[in-house]
Amino acid sequence: MLKTFWSILLRDLTLALRRRTDVLTVLFFFIIVVSLFPLGVGSEKALLRELGPGVVWVAALLASMLALERLFAADFDDGTLEQMLLTPQPLGLLVLAKVLAHWLLTGLPLVIIAPLIALQYQLEDGQTLMMMASLLLGTPTLGLIGAIGAALTLGLRGGGILLSLLILPLYIPILIYGEGAVTVSAIALADSEPYLMLLGALLLLSLILGPWAAAAALRISID
Amino acid sequence: MKLNWFKYASPAAFYPIAGRLIPWFGGLAAVLVLASLLWGFFGTADQLGGSNPQKEYYRIIYIHVGGAWMSMWLYLVLAGWAAIGLVFNTRLSFMMANAVAPTGAIFTFIALWTGAFWGRPSWGTYWDWDPRLTSELILFFLYIGYIALHSAIDDTRRADRAAALLSIVGLVMLPVIYWSINCPDPTQCAALHQRSDPGSIHPSILWPMLGVTLGFWSYSFATAFARLRGIILQREADSAWVSDLLQGESQGEPRGGTVR
Repeated sequence: MLKTFWSILLRDLTLALRRRTDVLTVLFFFIIVVSLFPLGVGSEKALLRELGPGVVWVAALLASMLALERLFAADFDDGTLEQMLLTPQPLGLLVLAKVLAHWLLTGLPLVIIAPLIALQYQLEDGQTLMMMASLLLGTPTLGLIGAIGAALTLGLRGGGILLSLLILPLYIPILIYGEGAVTVSAIALADSEPYLMLLGALLLLSLILGPWAAAAALRISID
Repeated sequence: MKLNWFKYASPAAFYPIAGRLIPWFGGLAAVLVLASLLWGFFGTADQLGGSNPQKEYYRIIYIHVGGAWMSMWLYLVLAGWAAIGLVFNTRLSFMMANAVAPTGAIFTFIALWTGAFWGRPSWGTYWDWDPRLTSELILFFLYIGYIALHSAIDDTRRADRAAALLSIVGLVMLPVIYWSINCPDPTQCAALHQRSDPGSIHPSILWPMLGVTLGFWSYSFATAFARLRGIILQREADSAWVSDLLQGESQGEPRGGTVR
Protein backbone atom coordinates (compact mmCIF):
# COMPACT_ATOMS: atom_id res chain seq x y z
CA MET A 1 0.00 0.00 0.00
CA LEU A 2 2.77 2.37 0.98
CA LYS A 3 4.60 1.35 -2.16
CA THR A 4 1.70 2.53 -4.31
CA PHE A 5 1.66 5.79 -2.43
CA TRP A 6 5.36 6.37 -3.10
CA SER A 7 5.21 5.38 -6.73
CA ILE A 8 2.32 7.74 -7.44
CA LEU A 9 4.06 10.52 -5.55
CA LEU A 10 7.36 10.04 -7.39
CA ARG A 11 5.61 9.68 -10.73
CA ASP A 12 3.70 12.94 -10.29
CA LEU A 13 6.83 14.77 -9.14
CA THR A 14 8.86 13.47 -12.07
CA LEU A 15 6.15 14.36 -14.55
CA ALA A 16 5.87 17.87 -13.17
CA LEU A 17 9.62 18.43 -13.16
CA ARG A 18 9.76 17.47 -16.82
CA ARG A 19 7.42 20.39 -17.45
CA ARG A 20 8.74 23.02 -15.10
CA THR A 21 6.79 25.94 -16.57
CA ASP A 22 3.52 24.64 -15.14
CA VAL A 23 4.93 24.79 -11.65
CA LEU A 24 6.64 28.12 -12.15
CA THR A 25 3.58 29.88 -13.59
CA VAL A 26 1.66 29.32 -10.37
CA LEU A 27 4.55 30.66 -8.33
CA PHE A 28 4.89 33.74 -10.49
CA PHE A 29 1.14 34.28 -10.49
CA PHE A 30 1.36 34.47 -6.71
CA ILE A 31 4.30 36.88 -6.80
CA ILE A 32 2.69 39.14 -9.39
CA VAL A 33 -0.70 39.32 -7.67
CA VAL A 34 0.98 40.18 -4.38
CA SER A 35 3.18 42.80 -6.06
CA LEU A 36 0.19 44.47 -7.71
CA PHE A 37 -1.46 45.48 -4.45
CA PRO A 38 1.09 48.10 -3.37
CA LEU A 39 0.73 49.64 -6.83
CA GLY A 40 -3.05 49.66 -6.55
CA VAL A 41 -3.58 50.89 -3.01
CA GLY A 42 -0.46 52.97 -2.44
CA SER A 43 2.86 52.13 -0.86
CA GLU A 44 2.58 53.68 2.58
CA LYS A 45 4.50 51.63 5.10
CA ALA A 46 1.77 51.42 7.74
CA LEU A 47 -0.90 50.59 5.17
CA LEU A 48 1.19 47.84 3.62
CA ARG A 49 1.88 46.31 7.00
CA GLU A 50 -1.82 46.16 7.69
CA LEU A 51 -2.74 44.82 4.26
CA GLY A 52 0.11 42.32 3.93
CA PRO A 53 -1.26 39.27 5.74
CA GLY A 54 -4.65 39.41 4.06
CA VAL A 55 -3.24 40.02 0.59
CA VAL A 56 -0.76 37.16 0.89
CA TRP A 57 -3.47 34.77 2.02
CA VAL A 58 -5.96 35.75 -0.69
CA ALA A 59 -3.20 35.41 -3.30
CA ALA A 60 -2.29 31.99 -1.91
CA LEU A 61 -5.94 30.93 -2.19
CA LEU A 62 -6.11 32.07 -5.81
CA ALA A 63 -2.79 30.50 -6.75
CA SER A 64 -3.72 27.19 -5.18
CA MET A 65 -7.02 27.20 -7.05
CA LEU A 66 -5.31 28.00 -10.32
CA ALA A 67 -3.09 24.96 -9.92
CA LEU A 68 -5.91 22.67 -8.80
CA GLU A 69 -7.45 22.58 -12.24
CA ARG A 70 -4.54 20.43 -13.39
CA LEU A 71 -4.56 18.06 -10.42
CA PHE A 72 -6.44 15.28 -12.21
CA ALA A 73 -6.84 16.78 -15.68
CA ALA A 74 -3.79 15.26 -17.44
CA ASP A 75 -4.42 11.79 -16.02
CA PHE A 76 -8.07 12.07 -16.94
CA ASP A 77 -7.31 13.03 -20.53
CA ASP A 78 -4.94 10.16 -21.28
CA GLY A 79 -6.96 7.53 -19.43
CA THR A 80 -4.48 6.94 -16.60
CA LEU A 81 -7.04 7.96 -14.03
CA GLU A 82 -9.45 5.29 -15.23
CA GLN A 83 -6.75 2.68 -14.80
CA MET A 84 -6.04 3.97 -11.31
CA LEU A 85 -9.70 3.58 -10.43
CA LEU A 86 -9.61 -0.02 -11.62
CA THR A 87 -6.68 -1.01 -9.42
CA PRO A 88 -7.47 -2.76 -6.14
CA GLN A 89 -5.54 -0.07 -4.25
CA PRO A 90 -7.58 2.22 -1.99
CA LEU A 91 -8.46 5.23 -4.11
CA GLY A 92 -8.24 7.62 -1.15
CA LEU A 93 -4.55 6.79 -0.79
CA LEU A 94 -3.90 7.49 -4.47
CA VAL A 95 -5.67 10.82 -4.13
CA LEU A 96 -3.62 11.63 -1.05
CA ALA A 97 -0.38 10.89 -2.94
CA LYS A 98 -1.46 13.12 -5.80
CA VAL A 99 -2.44 15.94 -3.46
CA LEU A 100 0.86 15.64 -1.61
CA ALA A 101 2.82 15.83 -4.87
CA HIS A 102 0.69 18.80 -5.88
CA TRP A 103 1.38 20.53 -2.59
CA LEU A 104 5.14 19.90 -2.81
CA LEU A 105 5.12 21.57 -6.23
CA THR A 106 2.76 24.49 -5.63
CA GLY A 107 2.21 24.93 -1.88
CA LEU A 108 5.68 24.49 -0.49
CA PRO A 109 7.27 27.02 -2.89
CA LEU A 110 4.81 29.62 -1.55
CA VAL A 111 6.07 28.95 1.97
CA ILE A 112 9.65 29.26 0.82
CA ILE A 113 9.22 32.58 -0.97
CA ALA A 114 7.05 34.05 1.80
CA PRO A 115 10.01 36.00 3.28
CA LEU A 116 10.43 37.75 -0.07
CA ILE A 117 6.79 38.83 0.02
CA ALA A 118 7.17 39.87 3.65
CA LEU A 119 10.00 42.17 2.57
CA GLN A 120 7.74 43.85 0.05
CA TYR A 121 5.15 44.49 2.72
CA GLN A 122 7.60 45.71 5.40
CA LEU A 123 6.67 42.93 7.82
CA GLU A 124 8.71 42.29 10.98
CA ASP A 125 10.84 39.17 11.42
CA GLY A 126 8.31 37.57 13.76
CA GLN A 127 5.49 38.18 11.31
CA THR A 128 7.54 36.70 8.49
CA LEU A 129 8.08 33.58 10.54
CA MET A 130 4.40 33.38 11.37
CA MET A 131 3.47 33.84 7.74
CA MET A 132 5.65 30.89 6.81
CA ALA A 133 4.22 28.77 9.62
CA SER A 134 0.61 29.59 8.75
CA LEU A 135 1.20 28.94 5.06
CA LEU A 136 2.91 25.66 5.93
CA LEU A 137 -0.16 24.54 7.88
CA GLY A 138 -2.79 26.11 5.65
CA THR A 139 -1.74 25.34 2.07
CA PRO A 140 -2.03 21.52 2.39
CA THR A 141 -5.61 22.03 3.61
CA LEU A 142 -6.31 24.13 0.54
CA GLY A 143 -5.10 21.28 -1.65
CA LEU A 144 -7.12 18.64 0.21
CA ILE A 145 -10.39 20.57 0.05
CA GLY A 146 -9.67 21.69 -3.49
CA ALA A 147 -9.11 18.12 -4.65
CA ILE A 148 -12.81 17.43 -4.03
CA GLY A 149 -13.77 20.33 -6.27
CA ALA A 150 -11.20 19.37 -8.90
CA ALA A 151 -12.59 15.83 -8.97
CA LEU A 152 -16.18 17.07 -9.27
CA THR A 153 -15.47 19.44 -12.16
CA LEU A 154 -13.30 16.97 -14.06
CA GLY A 155 -13.65 17.32 -17.83
CA LEU A 156 -16.38 19.96 -17.70
CA ARG A 157 -16.58 22.98 -19.96
CA GLY A 158 -15.44 26.04 -18.00
CA GLY A 159 -14.33 23.78 -15.19
CA GLY A 160 -11.85 26.32 -13.87
CA ILE A 161 -14.40 29.05 -13.21
CA LEU A 162 -16.83 26.55 -11.78
CA LEU A 163 -14.12 25.20 -9.50
CA SER A 164 -13.57 28.63 -8.00
CA LEU A 165 -17.29 29.02 -7.40
CA LEU A 166 -17.46 25.70 -5.58
CA ILE A 167 -14.25 25.84 -3.60
CA LEU A 168 -13.62 29.45 -2.59
CA PRO A 169 -16.52 29.60 -0.10
CA LEU A 170 -15.11 26.49 1.59
CA TYR A 171 -11.68 28.13 1.88
CA ILE A 172 -12.98 30.89 4.15
CA PRO A 173 -11.98 29.37 7.54
CA ILE A 174 -8.39 28.92 6.37
CA LEU A 175 -8.28 32.49 5.09
CA ILE A 176 -9.60 33.85 8.40
CA TYR A 177 -7.24 31.91 10.64
CA GLY A 178 -4.21 32.20 8.37
CA GLU A 179 -4.62 35.94 8.07
CA GLY A 180 -5.41 36.16 11.79
CA ALA A 181 -2.21 34.38 12.77
CA VAL A 182 -0.03 36.80 10.82
CA THR A 183 -1.93 39.91 11.93
CA VAL A 184 -1.89 39.02 15.61
CA SER A 185 1.82 38.14 15.55
CA ALA A 186 2.53 41.84 14.93
CA ILE A 187 1.53 42.50 18.56
CA ALA A 188 2.83 39.38 20.28
CA LEU A 189 4.19 36.26 18.67
CA ALA A 190 2.71 33.94 21.31
CA ASP A 191 -0.81 35.21 20.63
CA SER A 192 -0.75 33.48 17.25
CA GLU A 193 -0.62 30.05 18.81
CA PRO A 194 -4.41 29.46 18.93
CA TYR A 195 -4.67 30.37 15.26
CA LEU A 196 -1.97 27.89 14.33
CA MET A 197 -3.71 25.22 16.43
CA LEU A 198 -6.97 25.84 14.57
CA LEU A 199 -5.16 25.68 11.24
CA GLY A 200 -3.66 22.39 12.37
CA ALA A 201 -7.07 21.11 13.39
CA LEU A 202 -8.49 22.02 9.98
CA LEU A 203 -5.55 20.24 8.34
CA LEU A 204 -6.19 17.06 10.35
CA LEU A 205 -9.92 17.17 9.63
CA SER A 206 -9.35 17.58 5.91
CA LEU A 207 -6.66 14.86 5.95
CA ILE A 208 -9.23 12.43 7.30
CA LEU A 209 -12.25 13.46 5.22
CA GLY A 210 -10.73 15.08 2.14
CA PRO A 211 -9.15 12.17 0.24
CA TRP A 212 -12.16 10.01 0.97
CA ALA A 213 -14.59 12.60 -0.40
CA ALA A 214 -12.36 13.33 -3.39
CA ALA A 215 -12.20 9.59 -4.17
CA ALA A 216 -16.01 9.43 -4.08
CA ALA A 217 -16.13 12.47 -6.36
CA LEU A 218 -13.71 10.81 -8.81
CA ARG A 219 -15.87 7.69 -8.97
CA ILE A 220 -18.91 9.88 -9.70
CA SER A 221 -17.08 11.82 -12.41
CA ILE A 222 -15.64 8.83 -14.20
CA ASP A 223 -18.27 6.11 -14.20
CA MET B 1 -51.80 -3.28 6.78
CA LYS B 2 -48.22 -2.72 5.98
CA LEU B 3 -47.56 0.59 4.31
CA ASN B 4 -45.01 0.37 1.55
CA TRP B 5 -43.12 3.65 1.69
CA PHE B 6 -40.97 2.75 -1.25
CA LYS B 7 -44.02 2.85 -3.46
CA TYR B 8 -43.93 6.65 -3.22
CA ALA B 9 -40.23 6.71 -4.03
CA SER B 10 -41.18 6.07 -7.64
CA PRO B 11 -41.64 9.24 -9.69
CA ALA B 12 -44.73 7.79 -11.38
CA ALA B 13 -46.44 7.25 -8.02
CA PHE B 14 -45.41 10.56 -6.52
CA TYR B 15 -46.27 12.75 -9.50
CA PRO B 16 -50.07 12.78 -8.95
CA ILE B 17 -49.71 13.10 -5.17
CA ALA B 18 -47.48 16.15 -5.58
CA GLY B 19 -50.04 17.60 -7.98
CA ARG B 20 -52.84 17.17 -5.44
CA LEU B 21 -50.76 18.67 -2.61
CA ILE B 22 -49.64 21.82 -4.44
CA PRO B 23 -52.93 23.78 -4.20
CA TRP B 24 -53.30 22.91 -0.51
CA PHE B 25 -49.82 24.05 0.40
CA GLY B 26 -50.04 27.03 -1.91
CA GLY B 27 -53.34 28.14 -0.42
CA LEU B 28 -52.10 27.59 3.13
CA ALA B 29 -48.98 29.63 2.33
CA ALA B 30 -50.99 32.55 0.93
CA VAL B 31 -53.42 32.59 3.87
CA LEU B 32 -50.72 32.25 6.54
CA VAL B 33 -48.34 34.80 5.09
CA LEU B 34 -51.05 37.37 4.35
CA ALA B 35 -52.79 37.01 7.70
CA SER B 36 -49.55 37.05 9.68
CA LEU B 37 -48.17 40.04 7.82
CA LEU B 38 -51.43 41.98 8.30
CA TRP B 39 -51.30 41.13 11.99
CA GLY B 40 -47.63 41.96 12.20
CA PHE B 41 -47.84 45.24 10.31
CA PHE B 42 -51.03 46.67 11.84
CA GLY B 43 -51.76 44.69 14.98
CA THR B 44 -48.51 44.82 16.91
CA ALA B 45 -46.83 47.54 18.92
CA ASP B 46 -45.31 50.58 17.20
CA GLN B 47 -42.17 50.22 19.26
CA LEU B 48 -40.22 47.07 19.94
CA GLY B 49 -40.19 47.02 23.75
CA GLY B 50 -40.52 50.11 25.92
CA SER B 51 -37.17 51.85 25.68
CA ASN B 52 -35.94 50.08 22.58
CA PRO B 53 -34.87 52.58 19.95
CA GLN B 54 -36.14 50.41 17.10
CA LYS B 55 -39.23 52.11 15.79
CA GLU B 56 -41.40 51.11 12.89
CA TYR B 57 -38.70 49.39 10.93
CA TYR B 58 -38.43 46.46 13.30
CA ARG B 59 -41.39 45.05 11.34
CA ILE B 60 -39.01 43.69 8.73
CA ILE B 61 -38.37 40.96 11.30
CA TYR B 62 -41.57 39.21 10.12
CA ILE B 63 -40.07 38.50 6.72
CA HIS B 64 -36.38 38.51 7.62
CA VAL B 65 -36.41 35.93 10.40
CA GLY B 66 -38.67 33.54 8.54
CA GLY B 67 -36.53 33.82 5.42
CA ALA B 68 -33.32 33.21 7.34
CA TRP B 69 -34.76 30.17 9.11
CA MET B 70 -36.01 28.69 5.88
CA SER B 71 -32.70 29.32 4.12
CA MET B 72 -30.84 27.23 6.69
CA TRP B 73 -33.51 24.59 7.07
CA LEU B 74 -33.81 24.09 3.31
CA TYR B 75 -30.06 23.55 2.97
CA LEU B 76 -30.38 20.79 5.55
CA VAL B 77 -33.29 19.31 3.58
CA LEU B 78 -31.30 19.60 0.34
CA ALA B 79 -28.25 17.84 1.79
CA GLY B 80 -30.49 15.26 3.46
CA TRP B 81 -32.19 14.29 0.19
CA ALA B 82 -28.78 14.31 -1.50
CA ALA B 83 -27.41 11.90 1.11
CA ILE B 84 -30.45 9.62 0.83
CA GLY B 85 -30.02 9.65 -2.93
CA LEU B 86 -26.34 8.72 -2.71
CA VAL B 87 -26.95 5.94 -0.18
CA PHE B 88 -30.13 4.32 -1.53
CA ASN B 89 -29.67 5.36 -5.14
CA THR B 90 -33.27 6.56 -5.42
CA ARG B 91 -33.98 8.81 -8.36
CA LEU B 92 -36.73 10.78 -6.65
CA SER B 93 -34.47 11.97 -3.81
CA PHE B 94 -32.07 13.64 -6.23
CA MET B 95 -35.00 15.26 -8.01
CA MET B 96 -36.27 16.46 -4.63
CA ALA B 97 -32.88 17.95 -3.72
CA ASN B 98 -32.83 19.59 -7.10
CA ALA B 99 -36.31 21.01 -6.67
CA VAL B 100 -35.54 22.43 -3.22
CA ALA B 101 -32.30 24.25 -4.17
CA PRO B 102 -33.76 27.32 -5.98
CA THR B 103 -36.31 27.94 -3.21
CA GLY B 104 -33.52 27.80 -0.64
CA ALA B 105 -31.42 30.22 -2.65
CA ILE B 106 -34.37 32.61 -2.93
CA PHE B 107 -34.97 32.57 0.82
CA THR B 108 -31.27 33.18 1.44
CA PHE B 109 -31.44 36.15 -0.89
CA ILE B 110 -34.57 37.44 0.86
CA ALA B 111 -32.85 37.17 4.25
CA LEU B 112 -29.82 39.11 2.93
CA TRP B 113 -31.96 41.72 1.18
CA THR B 114 -34.24 42.40 4.13
CA GLY B 115 -31.20 42.37 6.39
CA ALA B 116 -29.70 45.16 4.30
CA PHE B 117 -32.95 47.14 4.49
CA TRP B 118 -33.03 46.76 8.25
CA GLY B 119 -29.34 47.60 8.52
CA ARG B 120 -29.68 50.96 6.79
CA PRO B 121 -31.83 52.70 9.44
CA SER B 122 -30.45 50.86 12.46
CA TRP B 123 -26.74 50.49 11.65
CA GLY B 124 -26.51 53.34 9.16
CA THR B 125 -25.24 51.03 6.44
CA TYR B 126 -26.73 48.53 4.03
CA TRP B 127 -23.94 46.05 4.53
CA ASP B 128 -21.77 45.29 7.49
CA TRP B 129 -19.50 42.29 7.87
CA ASP B 130 -21.58 41.07 10.75
CA PRO B 131 -21.09 37.34 11.45
CA ARG B 132 -24.71 36.44 10.75
CA LEU B 133 -24.87 38.38 7.51
CA THR B 134 -21.56 36.94 6.36
CA SER B 135 -22.51 33.34 7.06
CA GLU B 136 -25.82 33.88 5.28
CA LEU B 137 -23.87 35.21 2.30
CA ILE B 138 -21.70 32.09 2.27
CA LEU B 139 -24.79 29.91 2.48
CA PHE B 140 -26.00 31.74 -0.62
CA PHE B 141 -22.70 30.92 -2.35
CA LEU B 142 -23.14 27.26 -1.43
CA TYR B 143 -26.63 27.20 -2.99
CA ILE B 144 -25.28 28.89 -6.11
CA GLY B 145 -22.42 26.38 -6.25
CA TYR B 146 -24.86 23.47 -6.06
CA ILE B 147 -27.08 24.88 -8.81
CA ALA B 148 -24.10 25.82 -11.00
CA LEU B 149 -22.45 22.42 -10.72
CA HIS B 150 -25.70 20.63 -11.47
CA SER B 151 -26.42 22.70 -14.54
CA ALA B 152 -22.84 22.45 -15.83
CA ILE B 153 -23.00 18.66 -16.17
CA ASP B 154 -25.07 17.34 -19.04
CA ASP B 155 -25.28 13.73 -17.90
CA THR B 156 -28.16 13.76 -15.39
CA ARG B 157 -26.88 10.85 -13.34
CA ARG B 158 -23.44 12.35 -12.90
CA ALA B 159 -24.91 15.83 -12.27
CA ASP B 160 -27.16 14.47 -9.52
CA ARG B 161 -24.42 12.58 -7.75
CA ALA B 162 -21.72 15.26 -8.10
CA ALA B 163 -23.99 18.05 -6.85
CA ALA B 164 -25.19 15.79 -4.03
CA LEU B 165 -21.61 15.17 -2.89
CA LEU B 166 -20.89 18.89 -3.06
CA SER B 167 -23.91 19.70 -0.91
CA ILE B 168 -22.76 17.19 1.72
CA VAL B 169 -19.22 18.61 1.74
CA GLY B 170 -20.81 22.03 2.17
CA LEU B 171 -22.87 20.74 5.07
CA VAL B 172 -19.76 19.44 6.82
CA MET B 173 -17.98 22.74 6.26
CA LEU B 174 -20.92 24.96 7.22
CA PRO B 175 -20.43 24.75 11.02
CA VAL B 176 -16.69 25.31 10.58
CA ILE B 177 -17.30 28.37 8.42
CA TYR B 178 -20.00 29.69 10.74
CA TRP B 179 -17.77 29.29 13.75
CA SER B 180 -14.71 30.81 12.09
CA ILE B 181 -16.68 33.90 11.10
CA ASN B 182 -18.35 34.16 14.47
CA CYS B 183 -15.11 33.88 16.31
CA PRO B 184 -12.27 35.28 14.22
CA ASP B 185 -10.20 35.67 17.36
CA PRO B 186 -9.93 32.26 19.04
CA THR B 187 -8.48 33.70 22.25
CA GLN B 188 -11.78 35.34 23.15
CA CYS B 189 -14.80 33.44 21.98
CA ALA B 190 -17.64 34.86 24.02
CA ALA B 191 -21.01 35.57 22.44
CA LEU B 192 -20.28 38.31 19.97
CA HIS B 193 -23.84 39.42 19.37
CA GLN B 194 -27.12 39.19 21.14
CA ARG B 195 -28.83 35.84 21.11
CA SER B 196 -32.58 35.89 21.21
CA ASP B 197 -34.61 32.94 22.39
CA PRO B 198 -38.28 32.72 21.41
CA GLY B 199 -39.40 32.98 25.05
CA SER B 200 -38.04 36.51 25.39
CA ILE B 201 -39.97 37.87 22.42
CA HIS B 202 -43.33 39.48 23.08
CA PRO B 203 -46.12 37.07 22.04
CA SER B 204 -47.78 39.60 19.75
CA ILE B 205 -44.55 39.73 17.74
CA LEU B 206 -43.60 36.07 18.11
CA TRP B 207 -46.88 34.66 16.76
CA PRO B 208 -47.03 36.63 13.50
CA MET B 209 -43.35 35.77 13.01
CA LEU B 210 -44.02 32.06 13.46
CA GLY B 211 -47.08 32.39 11.22
CA VAL B 212 -45.01 33.84 8.41
CA THR B 213 -42.41 31.11 8.89
CA LEU B 214 -45.07 28.41 8.63
CA GLY B 215 -46.42 30.15 5.55
CA PHE B 216 -42.92 30.17 4.04
CA TRP B 217 -42.72 26.52 4.88
CA SER B 218 -45.91 25.75 2.96
CA TYR B 219 -44.68 27.93 0.13
CA SER B 220 -41.49 25.87 -0.01
CA PHE B 221 -43.52 22.66 -0.18
CA ALA B 222 -45.70 24.05 -2.95
CA THR B 223 -42.84 25.38 -5.09
CA ALA B 224 -40.66 22.32 -4.51
CA PHE B 225 -43.50 20.01 -5.56
CA ALA B 226 -44.28 22.14 -8.59
CA ARG B 227 -40.64 22.11 -9.64
CA LEU B 228 -40.44 18.40 -8.87
CA ARG B 229 -43.32 17.69 -11.24
CA GLY B 230 -41.51 19.56 -13.96
CA ILE B 231 -38.31 17.66 -13.32
CA ILE B 232 -40.13 14.32 -13.28
CA LEU B 233 -41.81 15.04 -16.62
CA GLN B 234 -38.54 16.15 -18.14
CA ARG B 235 -36.56 13.13 -16.99
CA GLU B 236 -39.23 10.51 -17.56
CA ALA B 237 -40.30 11.97 -20.88
CA ASP B 238 -39.54 8.70 -22.67
CA SER B 239 -41.43 6.44 -20.27
CA ALA B 240 -44.84 4.97 -21.03
CA TRP B 241 -46.73 6.55 -18.15
CA VAL B 242 -45.74 10.06 -19.13
CA SER B 243 -46.88 9.60 -22.72
CA ASP B 244 -50.14 8.07 -21.42
CA LEU B 245 -50.57 11.07 -19.16
CA LEU B 246 -49.89 13.58 -21.89
CA GLN B 247 -52.21 11.79 -24.29
CA GLY B 248 -54.97 11.72 -21.68
CA GLU B 249 -54.55 15.40 -21.07
CA SER B 250 -54.63 16.39 -24.72
CA GLN B 251 -57.74 14.28 -25.38
CA GLY B 252 -59.62 14.89 -22.17
CA GLU B 253 -59.82 18.07 -20.17
CA PRO B 254 -56.46 19.86 -20.11
CA ARG B 255 -55.48 20.71 -16.56
CA GLY B 256 -53.61 23.95 -16.22
CA GLY B 257 -52.31 24.19 -19.75
CA THR B 258 -50.52 21.64 -21.86
CA VAL B 259 -47.25 20.19 -20.72
CA ARG B 260 -44.68 20.05 -23.44
